[in-house]
Amino acid sequence: MPPLLDASHVRKVYRGGGGLLGAQTTETVAVDDFTLAIDGDTPSFTTIAGESGSGKTTIARMLLGVQPPTSGTVRYRGIDIGQMDKEQMRAFRQDVQAIFQDPFEVYNPFYKIDHILTTPIEKFGLAKSPQQAAEQIDVALRTVGLRPDETLGRYPHQLSGGQRQRITIARALLLKPKLIIADEPVSMVDASLRATILANLHKLYTDFGISFIYITHDLTTAYQVSEKIVVLYHGTVAEAGGVEQVIKDPKHPYTRELIRSIPVPDPGSAWIEEAVEERDVEVPDAELQGCRYAPRCVHAEERCTRVPPLYRLDDGRVASCVLYDKHEALADGDLTQIIGAPQQKD
Amino acid sequence: MRRLDQVLYYLRESPMLGAGTLLILLIALFGILGPVFVDTDLARPLSTTPRLPPSWEHPFGTDDAGRELLAVMVVGVPLTLRVGLLAGSVGLGLGIFLGFTSGYLGGTFDTIVRGVVDTLLTVPGLVVLISIASTIREEISVNIMAMVVASLAWMWPTRVIRAQVLTMRERAYVQMAKLNGMSDTEIIWKELFPNLLPYLAALFANAVNWAILSSIGLEALGLGPQNDPTVGMTIYWAITFSALIRGMWWWWAIPIVFIGLVFVALLMISAGLDELANPKQRKAV
Amino acid sequence: MNNQAREVMLDIQGLEVHFETRRGLARAVNDVDLQLYKGERFGLVGESGSGKTTMILALLRMIKTPGFIAGGRAVFDDGTDLLALSPEDVRKNRLRRVAMVPQGAMNSLNPVMRIGQQMALTMREHGEVGTGEEFEARVAKLLDQVGLVPEVADLYPHELSGGMKQRACIAQAISLSPRLILADEPTSALDVVVQRQIMQTLRQLQLQLGATVLLVGHDMGLMAQFAERVGIMYGGKLVEVGSVADVFRNPQHPYTQLLISSIPSFERRGTFQGIPGVGLSLLDSPSGCLFHPRCPQATERCAHVEPGLTQLGPGRQVSCLLYEKEETHAAPS
Repeated sequence: MPPLLDASHVRKVYRGGGGLLGAQTTETVAVDDFTLAIDGDTPSFTTIAGESGSGKTTIARMLLGVQPPTSGTVRYRGIDIGQMDKEQMRAFRQDVQAIFQDPFEVYNPFYKIDHILTTPIEKFGLAKSPQQAAEQIDVALRTVGLRPDETLGRYPHQLSGGQRQRITIARALLLKPKLIIADEPVSMVDASLRATILANLHKLYTDFGISFIYITHDLTTAYQVSEKIVVLYHGTVAEAGGVEQVIKDPKHPYTRELIRSIPVPDPGSAWIEEAVEERDVEVPDAELQGCRYAPRCVHAEERCTRVPPLYRLDDGRVASCVLYDKHEALADGDLTQIIGAPQQKD
Repeated sequence: MRRLDQVLYYLRESPMLGAGTLLILLIALFGILGPVFVDTDLARPLSTTPRLPPSWEHPFGTDDAGRELLAVMVVGVPLTLRVGLLAGSVGLGLGIFLGFTSGYLGGTFDTIVRGVVDTLLTVPGLVVLISIASTIREEISVNIMAMVVASLAWMWPTRVIRAQVLTMRERAYVQMAKLNGMSDTEIIWKELFPNLLPYLAALFANAVNWAILSSIGLEALGLGPQNDPTVGMTIYWAITFSALIRGMWWWWAIPIVFIGLVFVALLMISAGLDELANPKQRKAV
Repeated sequence: MNNQAREVMLDIQGLEVHFETRRGLARAVNDVDLQLYKGERFGLVGESGSGKTTMILALLRMIKTPGFIAGGRAVFDDGTDLLALSPEDVRKNRLRRVAMVPQGAMNSLNPVMRIGQQMALTMREHGEVGTGEEFEARVAKLLDQVGLVPEVADLYPHELSGGMKQRACIAQAISLSPRLILADEPTSALDVVVQRQIMQTLRQLQLQLGATVLLVGHDMGLMAQFAERVGIMYGGKLVEVGSVADVFRNPQHPYTQLLISSIPSFERRGTFQGIPGVGLSLLDSPSGCLFHPRCPQATERCAHVEPGLTQLGPGRQVSCLLYEKEETHAAPS
């Protein structure tokens, strides 16, 4: 039984520069050899975390089929999504849905918000009559905590960001997908509403068995909702494993520094006084050789000039750092085993 | 009736748009209701005493061939407007089709369209029109005149629409539409097109304006319909018969006034629509 | 921090900023009373529409139509009322007394000028005189203070990383040693590690200059770590003020309580408490207390009576009917 969605050694390279006067072209590797499969039968909640330039959004776009990888394949139930026919594409779009970051831009300002709900019903033939469609929309809106009489018939600018985002979740629900890829779903929403929206997403996972790939730069929200986490740095996987392990006891120097730097809402910690444990060096991506984090890493040494593979640590997680080279490397760099099996209780 | 409310709202929002629309409606009415009050046969040569200056009996005077100029305007203005509307519609229609498809789909089709448009736009339009018009052997009717002008009227709309589509193509709601299973054609017409409506209306007003001026230009050079008393032809006759030197100011001044009014009206409409279509102008809610 | 010993540097009284829109009048800043102490780090927290950014724009006299300052005073310890200054004096005031570090460097850095050049130009425009060399030296010193190497003076903004650009903005802001630094979410576009470095730099500078920093933002964690006192805004009103320890451990206003309990943290997983109800619309605001429709502790009175200001101690205040005795409540202004 092929997995629902799998990315196999996916790589994305951007070529920039050049131009009329034939200046030098630069190559930026946005994503470097990423392999992960999502199972269709057992629900999972995986975070792909990273800061700007980490490649997390690029991975999301490739998984959604919105952007083709430079090399490697993304497959839906074993079929390469770059080669699917209309029927297969339709099935793919129904099984794999998305929630985006900006709760305003996803709405066409010309239409009322109903448009975003009625279109998928129409296109995927989800309802046999207008009444059935209205019912489905009603149920979906209520599931995310919205009142249909307060939301339907309005234009996007008449609703708040939180409401708009919840409507996009309701929309994703209509299709009863197996997997939702949520790209920073709460970063543009007010703090007080974030918790509610995250609760909605979590409910879809626990009550409806929908798998999630949650893309974010905010590790605290990832900790709230997610089971597993993959931490990216400049296109490579720094660390991956259960959310408790990676966040409470990070092993990769980058992850460690990242977590230390998050300001916690607990006044009186040493955050503002403790020195940042990083070297203040910036090397453009195109010139990096070996471990991407090495220039900033306080533990960097000669061995770091070669890209370290993902080493599998005793507690089951992986970290791509030479500090752990006594351990075995993860076969094929395939994160599926780390992320997949939720029967591993951590 | 929400759409009607919207239209009225737009008219109120932009006084320029309102004034321009009013003016063009008045001019159109002049042409439509004119025949009720004026005998249009008087627009033919040898209808009345020639070379009469404006008077109570002949408010616009008469020309050298005995045409009553008020009647000429009543017949000619609608003809000129018709050329503008016809050419403008064809031009915009073609521009919409080419602009949307090449902008959204890209690829070779886009490269070809873009190349053709960019090149042809550099050629002075009037020169091309003159070349086309002068090679037509048979009698140029008003409709043929419109088609000649339309042959160039599509280029500018294509270019600007394509540019707009290029930016809109990347919007998140287009991505969403794709995820919703909409086909490219559906996306173009259901998602992109409606958002450009005010802009397209402004383009239409511009296209009509350009078409009218071009047709008048051609006619004034004598390349128009010889037997129809269009505004441009009237100017042609006035020039040919040296109305300026002979002091028959009413013969050339009256048509020019009408041209000026039409031009200003359409300009105000397109500027007003532009104002509304410009997102910066649109007040954030 | 013993608040009683601190001197007031800026006394804001009854600040009102209104926006005239087609659909009515919006009170973006609604009768705000606040005292800022000398040399303190104060965090102003609120969600979108709370009025926090509008407030600092008002202090800088940068409110644009259809907004206008409808009332209030903001008096410095030397007697100058920031809100009553003439436009000319506002210019002179900027950078010397009050400086701003904006959210995005694009709002502050000229993309076509080298960093050193524009810093010198800014200083000149605000009345500083000197030779080219003197300015160069000053620029180098400022860059050093924010942790940038002097070579940065010769670079253009686009040649700098996000963190470096923000440091350059800070250098520009402190170039005339202002007494009050207003920072509007200066690190929101930056990565977490860079953010920490910048905030540490800002703190060092603040201590060196003895200046007061007013940090505006919505990241409660950042406030907890950087600020000494914090103020919570909701719908244009300042609902609670206090030391960071006090407000976080012992929030008095129901909104603050809900806000704090909704912050995700590494303490617990899977529990989610948002704030119920829909966000506030300034054009259609509730009667009485603005928060009452969403407040779990609202009473009948809350729908009719606007809460005034209750001082709970030096530097500690709250605006909620729960803390007002019926008789002592002052009529809404």
